[in-house]
Amino acid sequence: MERHFFDSQLVDLKGDILFMGDLVEESIIDSVGALKQLSRSRAEQVIASDRIIDGWELKIDEECLELLALKQPMAGDLRFITMAMKISTDLERMADLAVDISQRVLELAGKPLLKPLVDIPKLTLLAQEMTRDSLKSFVNRDAELARKIILADRQADDLRDLVQQELLNDYMAKDKATILRAMPLLLVARHLERICDHATNIAEDVIYMIEAKVVKHHQENLD
Amino acid sequence: MFNKVKMRAEDVNFYYGKNQALKNINLDIYANHVTAMIGPSGCGKSTFIRLFNRMNELVLHTTLKGKISLDDLDINSPLVDAVDIRRRVGMVFQKPNPFPKTIFENISYGLRVNGINDKAFIAQKVEDSLKKAVIWGEVKDRLNDSALKLSGGQQQRLCIARCLAIENEVILFDEPCASLDPISTAKIEELILELKKNYSIVIVTHNMQQAARISDHTGFFLLGELIEFGKTQDIFTAPKDKKTEAYITGRFG
Repeated sequence: MERHFFDSQLVDLKGDILFMGDLVEESIIDSVGALKQLSRSRAEQVIASDRIIDGWELKIDEECLELLALKQPMAGDLRFITMAMKISTDLERMADLAVDISQRVLELAGKPLLKPLVDIPKLTLLAQEMTRDSLKSFVNRDAELARKIILADRQADDLRDLVQQELLNDYMAKDKATILRAMPLLLVARHLERICDHATNIAEDVIYMIEAKVVKHHQENLD
Repeated sequence: MFNKVKMRAEDVNFYYGKNQALKNINLDIYANHVTAMIGPSGCGKSTFIRLFNRMNELVLHTTLKGKISLDDLDINSPLVDAVDIRRRVGMVFQKPNPFPKTIFENISYGLRVNGINDKAFIAQKVEDSLKKAVIWGEVKDRLNDSALKLSGGQQQRLCIARCLAIENEVILFDEPCASLDPISTAKIEELILELKKNYSIVIVTHNMQQAARISDHTGFFLLGELIEFGKTQDIFTAPKDKKTEAYITGRFG
């Protein structure tokens, strides 16, 4: 027996999550693009667009609450709807971090870069990949891909630490005059690492959604 | 951690004539818990619950194989009186069935049938039972009125009070709210949650949300088989069997 009306509402919810995910991916790409070009206008565009993403989070929350109240979903449907709420929150936070990166670009614009960017682009690529893959694992119900994302988070932590150590030890500790240009880069690395954390959260939620297995905070439970 | 087992069904097979209505049922009813039975119409859940107080014996040409025990006592043993079992295991039916007597007499009747004649004791027992069933306040000034004048929800609570008066240990509810309005239903559900502190409760319900709201354990029946049994929170968030998932998500069939 089909529940056509309810199922179509679930399809709509999935579509809304994916649409919001696309906006967030764009936002991240634009913010790091703004960083590469030190483009003030591109950074301002990311900041201005954030309220659209905030609106999507509110819309998805409302959709989910309505489904919970009116349809009394159970089992797999319940897990899907509750995880959709959590995923939209993580996506909104990722967009906020793209805004934070853009704020750093505004602080850096007009000044020469302290050093060529080496590890930050690697971290950027990882953040983009993890974001895209987390949404892919959600739409394809791919728990295996979700598990790979969770394991990749370690790389993000390592890259952030690398950037941090280099800027602290090789620049800020040696020459205080570099602090104003080094700190924003250090923060960009942190923002990108936090984006990876949120992508990891989404992956953990996807595993719960598919398998009803809690892997949050316990990577040893990934199997 | 589960409470102790109050009643147990072991390898239960039940037949109406040649028609097998229940197949290889194994299930525990835990003390001071609410156990819900869910499943589509005709799945055997009402037939199953009636085994716990030997009500199916009142139907001709039925056969029970397997064992039903109450505190390790085989309730179908030839040495066991069905009336004694029904004294310990009471039942509340879908349609409230008060006796065509006064409210007072509906409660006192069971006590008198069991040989209790002390008027003061009976009066106190009537009051206590009606209070436990959360209906005392509504009827205390009209105990001599006919029970048939009560509303459906009140009648059902009166029927529950009847069970409490003779101090059943287990109370079986066969779709107790099916004919009640939402407010009466909510009152019965609250009462069940309160009663489980002192009684073991089994409830058959078509209303999955009701099972989710009030039960500790849930069993899903289908075509005479127990498909899945477990903690209610697990059954309704992550059922193990696909048939259970299909039923509780409304995609059954």
